[in-house]
Amino acid sequence: MSLNATIRIQQADFDVAQEIAALSRGRSDVGAVVSFTGICRGTEGAEPIAALTLEHYPGMAEAEIKRHADEAMARWPLQGLTVIHRHGRITPGQNIVLVVTASEHREAAFKAAEFLMDYLKTNAPFWKREESARGTSWIEAKSQDDAAAARWTKS
Amino acid sequence: MRVKYFAWVRERIGKAEETIEPPAEVRTVDELIAWLAGRGETYAYAFEKPKVIRAAIDHTHVRPDAVIAGAREIAFFPPMTGG
Repeated sequence: MSLNATIRIQQADFDVAQEIAALSRGRSDVGAVVSFTGICRGTEGAEPIAALTLEHYPGMAEAEIKRHADEAMARWPLQGLTVIHRHGRITPGQNIVLVVTASEHREAAFKAAEFLMDYLKTNAPFWKREESARGTSWIEAKSQDDAAAARWTKS
Repeated sequence: MRVKYFAWVRERIGKAEETIEPPAEVRTVDELIAWLAGRGETYAYAFEKPKVIRAAIDHTHVRPDAVIAGAREIAFFPPMTGG
């Protein structure tokens, strides 16, 4: 079994179709690829926003995502996974984050992708600041994101 | 040791990082937060709700009772909002 985990923290946009194709290209052991793309909305709550600026902790962001990628690969039979998280200023309609998981069967790919996204939300050191007509403000963490991450904890 | 601040913790303190030498009796992350909060108005404002503040030692999340001895880099930041 060859595991292929790609983690990138970058300012530049990414090509979703290309990243999905890369996980199954040239191999016949991948039966399922699941992808999640997080996109900047034009509203936060009821308020229209002009842009989000994502700050991150260089070094720790990569390390933290790697830890969760390793855990995902230990928990589910994956053939590969890709996580890309952007930083800097991102306007509505632009990509923020991508998680792609590849496995023999769909269940592992779906579960691992959801697990990775839930942990990215609560544990990856990124912070969003929104720009709106009222100025700029830091987005507050949501308790439902903590609850979503907590359901993956083994009891 | 080197200390880094992110998001509104960084903005309130007015700097992204610095080198500090806390006294020996400051042993844990929460004791370091209390010590930093006493360094001036901007620090007091950043750490006014210490329970909200998250910390990492050498790129790993830690709890408030984590011991800081041996740490090269400690970071303080608000709850994360990535993804």
